[in-house]
Amino acid sequence: MTTQVEKPESVKHAGHVEEHERRWQDYFTFNTDHKVIGIQYLVTSFVFYFIGGALAGLIRTELATPDPDLLSPLTYNRVFTMHGTIMLFLWIIPAGAAFANYLIPLMIGAKDMAFPKLNAVAFWMNAVGGLLLMSSFFVGAPEAGWTSYPPLSLISSKVGEEIWILSILVIGTSSVLGALNFFTTIVKMRTPSMTIHDMPLFCWAMLGTSILVLIGTPVLAAALIFLSFDLIAGTNFFNPAGGGDPIVYQHMFWFYSHPAVYIMVLPFFGVISEILPVHARKPIFGYRAIAYSSMLICFLGLIVWAHHMFTSGTPGWLRMFFMAATMLIAVPTGIKVFSWVATIWGGKINLNSAMLFGMGFISAFLIGGLSGVMLASVPFDVHVHDTYFIVAHFHYVLFGGSVLGLFGAVYHWFPKMTGRMVNETLGRIHFVLTFIGLNMTFLPMHELGLLGMNRRVAMYDPQFQSLNMICTIGSYLLAVSTIPFVINILWSLNRGPIAGRNPWRALTLEWQTTSPPAIENFDEEPILWSGPYEYGIDSYSVDTDKQVEELLVEVKGDVG
Amino acid sequence: MNIPSQISTLIAGIIITLISLWYGQNHGLLPVAASSEAGDVDGLFNLMMTISTGLFLLIQGALILIVIKFRRQKNDQTDGPSTHGNIPLEMLWTAIPTVIVFVLAVYSFEVYNAMGGLDPMASHDHHQQEIAHNHEISPSGQQGNESLIAMAPGQGTVALGIGAPPGQEGQGQPLEVNVAGMQYAWIFTYPETGVMSGEMHVPVGQPVKLNIEANDVIHAFWLPEFRIKQDAIPGRTSQLGFTATRVGDYPIICAELCGSYHGGMKTRLIVETPEEYQAWVQENQFASADTMEKAVAVNPTTMSEGEFLAPYASEMGIDSQTLQHLDHSHHHPEIIK
Ligand code: HEM
Ligand SMILES: [Cu+2]
Ligand SMILES: [Cu+2]
Repeated sequence: MTTQVEKPESVKHAGHVEEHERRWQDYFTFNTDHKVIGIQYLVTSFVFYFIGGALAGLIRTELATPDPDLLSPLTYNRVFTMHGTIMLFLWIIPAGAAFANYLIPLMIGAKDMAFPKLNAVAFWMNAVGGLLLMSSFFVGAPEAGWTSYPPLSLISSKVGEEIWILSILVIGTSSVLGALNFFTTIVKMRTPSMTIHDMPLFCWAMLGTSILVLIGTPVLAAALIFLSFDLIAGTNFFNPAGGGDPIVYQHMFWFYSHPAVYIMVLPFFGVISEILPVHARKPIFGYRAIAYSSMLICFLGLIVWAHHMFTSGTPGWLRMFFMAATMLIAVPTGIKVFSWVATIWGGKINLNSAMLFGMGFISAFLIGGLSGVMLASVPFDVHVHDTYFIVAHFHYVLFGGSVLGLFGAVYHWFPKMTGRMVNETLGRIHFVLTFIGLNMTFLPMHELGLLGMNRRVAMYDPQFQSLNMICTIGSYLLAVSTIPFVINILWSLNRGPIAGRNPWRALTLEWQTTSPPAIENFDEEPILWSGPYEYGIDSYSVDTDKQVEELLVEVKGDVG
Repeated sequence: MNIPSQISTLIAGIIITLISLWYGQNHGLLPVAASSEAGDVDGLFNLMMTISTGLFLLIQGALILIVIKFRRQKNDQTDGPSTHGNIPLEMLWTAIPTVIVFVLAVYSFEVYNAMGGLDPMASHDHHQQEIAHNHEISPSGQQGNESLIAMAPGQGTVALGIGAPPGQEGQGQPLEVNVAGMQYAWIFTYPETGVMSGEMHVPVGQPVKLNIEANDVIHAFWLPEFRIKQDAIPGRTSQLGFTATRVGDYPIICAELCGSYHGGMKTRLIVETPEEYQAWVQENQFASADTMEKAVAVNPTTMSEGEFLAPYASEMGIDSQTLQHLDHSHHHPEIIK
């Protein structure tokens, strides 16, 4: 990491462009400013989060008792299919894209994304795809699960299924356009003094994410197009009744959807690597190890898809290959977790909302990661595949990993995005409720799966009732936990204390401009004078000349 | 590092190790093990629980310590130490997971092999005739599955699932059972005796070999107490082998989403003494022709939700009121197909 002390002026003057007042209407137009697009993505994805969350509430209410008494089994299948689809394609992936859009140009000192118009197109396609998916509620929503395995998907709720396919194709295209933009921006648009090893780790994470999207999504698109031919044109790509092979669909589907898991968590790995050093006042531990482990995770992520198919069509020796490759992912992931812990160890922890969510992320993701290694083991996976153990595992990863990271990101960058501080008390209440609710909802599901409760069922054996009741109460707690969050955001948006340009005294470039940043981000090309995480005076002791001291005081004192 | 902290680290390490070792053996999370394969899987799971508990305590403990020890004091605006990394430490924590993963992979491989997962016979195309033969007696033959095989030559022969354990392939005669999954029932046929049933009966101690097929959509045949599962895939026959070690009555569950009543698709595996098993065979040998007619006549698509669920109701703890409620709420014309 280079510590350049070239031109402190740029730091002093950054962002002094006269501020353009954004009007609320801007957010409803085809705006090409990456910051507007970032906010558009973020707000839209939160809307879908609440829809997906409401569906989760229905699922859990249904499962409070063993009988299918609230929803008919058919409706139940539709509800969890829509819950899964919304949460993955309209909540967590777009929310990652939201932060990528907002932050990447700021973090690398660029004026905008490489292709601003394409960026706007990508956002609006996503919104349209989301509306299209919602419309399936009116014609009989899809009911074959978010995986949509044929032949079931070919014979159930055909119109809903076709809408599902179309909307995923639209959303997928949007995601490819977005990834193209992130990739090009990161590679081509960095301010000249920034080498790839001066890049904030969030940018590394998005680089990996974009590569996965670009490689995986077209395969999913192909699978879905074939599926759609089978569905409406009567072809037999996957339909065994006509000689097709349903297992080929599974291979194609998981070739995208396994990497998709990393498309969902990698951005938040990046977020955590940004949050921890700032609020612990310590440099990130092992910058290169974290950056390269993201890349290794991407590579391994692309060659492990068949671990979702250990019980379906995979020959024995191939299962062994996929088992070994899957287990290997524990190594780069472990490196990240250990590095994060080492980053905050010995720091001066400011236990604010962002930090709480950051630490909660490590703690919950750890459980998801440990059960993930267990699942890689074929003999064990054969037992728990398609049971509640899986549901527990992936919610620990997706809720514990992605969603907690996302909330951390909201608390961390809210001052940058709005110019106002959040209310920390409400934020802490939000965290405590979420963390308890999360563990209460998903921890017992491990045991349910081990004991014999299969997933995707509206009715279950009465012996599982008490554990299910705990899960259901936990899910209500999760619902309640969003109340302080929403109040906090709405209140702070108008009434929060003024944040100033750099309330956290952070060193990455996005904090060196005004909050919220002006239209073109920086008034002159920003020049790096420090690596992204050079906390601790020690790093400057090599150049203890007066200028550097002053600079530090200058920048760090600028709390606004 | 001074001496006291080294001692306390050592003590913490010992405590974590002891707790993990104890919990790994005493977690009590798994249901009874009723097959010879289940014991192996449980041993593997116990090891993974031990390691996971250790790592969990280590990292969670570190996080809690951090919150207690390293909180920023009020008005302290200074930074923490500027440590960027520590190569030996990083090598250590890269090496440890690598070793753990290696051990787990080898152990899993051994268990999988012992379960017959790598049985070379099972991954060979030697079932062609068997399948054709089975079709004459399995109900699937009457549901248009023959054309299916005919139109997908070679596909019905891909062997899947867990075969016979090594060294046991040729030895003894395993009891063969053909399993057919259909929305929303399992049908078992015994090729040797011609018995057909909606419940599976097997004698304790004898190896059993299942040939699993599906008639309509993908199902998954799961025996939680036996720790085995295999998808039933239309157009293919997959295999599963096990030896029951405990007399009893165990659930057979469909684990792959197969339609509205996926949740109701369950039946029982009854493991009995060889004598009891023989008696059951005798009793059912003559009745089975009859049963077959009935089984095939049962077409869930023409039944209302209540009708369909009735046989499962008692087992699942669903009362007649619920069933009535279902009948009333049954107004989905497009339900399946
Ligand atoms: C808000 C709290 C949440 C609760 C209470 C909840 C609950 C559930 C439950 C009980 C299921 C199992 C359905 C079944 O297999 O029968 C499920 C499925 C699923 N959930 Fe969640 N969930 C929540 C949040 C999330 C989030 C945040 C994500 C992703 C970011 C997510 C993604 C999924 C997916 C992908 C499925 C699988 C759907 C399928 O099988 O087709 N959930 N959820
Ligand atoms: Cu089934
Ligand atoms: Cu099923």
